[in-house]
Amino acid sequence: MRRPDSFSRSRRLVLVAGAGMASGVVHVRPANAAELPADLLAAVQAFAQGAAVREGRVVLDIAQLVDNGNAVPVRVAMEAGLPAATAVRAMALFNERNPQREVVAAQFGPLSGQPEFSTRIRLATSQKLVAVARLQDGSCWSRTVDVVVTLAACIEAES
Amino acid sequence: MARTRISLQGNPVRGVPMEIRTMIAHAMETGYRPGADGAVIARNLIRRFRCSFDDGTRIEPVFEAELFPAVAANPYIAFHFTPPGNGSLRFVWEGDQGFVQTETLDVRVA
Repeated sequence: MRRPDSFSRSRRLVLVAGAGMASGVVHVRPANAAELPADLLAAVQAFAQGAAVREGRVVLDIAQLVDNGNAVPVRVAMEAGLPAATAVRAMALFNERNPQREVVAAQFGPLSGQPEFSTRIRLATSQKLVAVARLQDGSCWSRTVDVVVTLAACIEAES
Repeated sequence: MARTRISLQGNPVRGVPMEIRTMIAHAMETGYRPGADGAVIARNLIRRFRCSFDDGTRIEPVFEAELFPAVAANPYIAFHFTPPGNGSLRFVWEGDQGFVQTETLDVRVA
């Protein structure tokens, strides 16, 4: 896998992405306004209800290299060791290049006890995912992750 | 009636958060896919999931999720619940085309 000379250029790019993952490099970039496409940013800001969205505090667990985009396990949680006052009201997950920006939006009741959820999602192609948490004090935190998808969902027709 | 699976991870202990895993058999047709005849298959999604806890006197929300077409078929949702005492959990899935499914689960704390 570490001998890219014998492969074509596009294959090599995929391998580079895989090698980055294997060496523990996590492709996490700050979700600042300049980097997110306008429609994704609009969806995130609608969820934030006018608050500034800051990068951090949120954990977004997903495989960096996704074999099958039809069912991708994902977990959204908060980082450990946050002050107790930062109770989480809601969390949402957004994507960059599916037909719709929203993936799932969760709300936590008083009996939840731990702001965290897991589910399985579809991914149409390699893209960015953004997890956003809205806290009780109104502040919003986000985490952006790039994923590489080899087999896309929503493309093939039923046979 | 769709098939559902609900599992509590471990035994409920008063005041200790525990994970609840749920899954429901549902095609989650996105409304973006063409069928064999080339026409787009009508959207058929579960749009909303709710879990609440009834301790006999009042019903408190535990977790709520709004689902979009990007959620995979047979939606799996796992979340946490902190039992305040004995009671019953109520799970409701609501979707397109009048889909509603309700399950209840008794909780006895240690």
